[in-house]
Amino acid sequence: MKYLLLKHYRGGPTPAVDYPPMDQWTPEEVDAHIQFMHDFAARLKERGEFVDGQALAPEGAFVRYDGEGRPPVTDGPFAETKDLIAGWMVIDVESWDRAVQLAGELSAAPGPRGEPIHEWLEVRPFLTEPPTVTE
Amino acid sequence: MNPPLLRELVPAVISVLVRRGADFPSAEDAVQEALIRALDTWPDDPPRDPKAWLVAVAWRKFLDATRAETSRRGRELAVEAEPPAGPAPATDDTLRLYFLCAHPTLPPASAVALTLRAVGGLTTRQIAAAYLVPEATMAQRISRAKRRIAGLPLDQPGDLATVLRVLYLVFNEGYGGDVDLAAEAIRLTRQLAALTDEPEVAGLLALMLLHHARRASRTGPGGRLVPLGEQDRSRWDTGMITEGVAILQAALARDRLGEYQAQAAIAALHADARSASETDWVQIVEWYDELLLRTGSPVVRLNRAVAVGEADGPRAGLAALADVDSGVPRYTAVAAYLHERAGDLEHAAELYAEASRAATSVPERDHLTRAAARVRGLLPP
Repeated sequence: MKYLLLKHYRGGPTPAVDYPPMDQWTPEEVDAHIQFMHDFAARLKERGEFVDGQALAPEGAFVRYDGEGRPPVTDGPFAETKDLIAGWMVIDVESWDRAVQLAGELSAAPGPRGEPIHEWLEVRPFLTEPPTVTE
Repeated sequence: MNPPLLRELVPAVISVLVRRGADFPSAEDAVQEALIRALDTWPDDPPRDPKAWLVAVAWRKFLDATRAETSRRGRELAVEAEPPAGPAPATDDTLRLYFLCAHPTLPPASAVALTLRAVGGLTTRQIAAAYLVPEATMAQRISRAKRRIAGLPLDQPGDLATVLRVLYLVFNEGYGGDVDLAAEAIRLTRQLAALTDEPEVAGLLALMLLHHARRASRTGPGGRLVPLGEQDRSRWDTGMITEGVAILQAALARDRLGEYQAQAAIAALHADARSASETDWVQIVEWYDELLLRTGSPVVRLNRAVAVGEADGPRAGLAALADVDSGVPRYTAVAAYLHERAGDLEHAAELYAEASRAATSVPERDHLTRAAARVRGLLPP
């Protein structure tokens, strides 16, 4: 079963731990965080659970149709109050419990002083193709 | 026979089919199918004459496809008998393939894909993996590109500038999947340089070799970016640098300067410095002036500001930066660097953080975040 792990720049529940943005950490803390992310993805690949992962730039806009012959309407850059997705990882695992376990591990990425940042990650199951055998 | 040698045969085999009367899109498809079969069967059963094998199999595939097509349309079969192979003056034909695949009417991404397939002899699967798109998407992109150029004659002089641009794009893409695109771009540019007598082709080849020579030193542990000034120069490939410099010197001696030769000259000056502090920045600024005169490019103007900062000090660099459009990618990163060197650390840290949010790649973003963190660490608490 495939699950999407969504990382947010902002939005989501109130942060469990208050920590400054990454550019205010020490270079060693930044390196340790990045290394953790690499190692996490590498472990998933090794176990055959990794599907895809991408990071997103913070810039962008909302766009919608505005009627025949008119250019699309854009709303952006994103307002300060809006939820902002930072990136995702798609995993293919045995169960919801396994997905939650992995999201928990990822959320323990180190931050200032090497402490886990306890970041909220959103876990969402994929809707799948209907099964062939239904009875 | 290893795959690169097999791939070298592809343009010549396409040419043979075209000379026998196949249209380019069908010939190219047939050769691709023959190539896939060769990759599958040659390891166990290598042919005595690889090119003849490819021609025979590709021609058979072409006939099968044409037969299926003509019977669909209920018409008489026009091509049945296999004509004699005849002599194969392949060089001119290969050059024409470069022009056709990089035709100015094609979008760059399509020209890149078609060049890699028809001239480079890569399979659709390999190209798709290298550009991280599904194979079906890449197949569709290639067949649309071929439809677009289907009516064009193969024997017209082409636009060398777009060919060079396409090869430059392939080189800059780096590598993904099992194909090293940078090495492939070098191979294709080397082959093109042998087919033409144009100093800019040599200039591009020199530029690629001089940058490729630094590849091992460009990334550190965990894929982290190592900027030029901090690279371990003992890891630079001196053989490749020597070759690049020799090719560049021969091109420059012909006194028909162009953009790629000027860029290669800058790369050669970096390659020539045993340490970052020994770099001849004054000469590099002169080359940027030359490039700016020729291109008027805002990116060149930005890079020139960096060089001015090294040659005449960070304040002069910042003055040069004032003439650059602030919307140019990496503008904020350059501003951060120059402010850091000027001792304006607090402002530099803010700019590095801002630049990291505008970065277009993960390694670049991480590098700029780290720079912000480093500079903040230098500030008094």
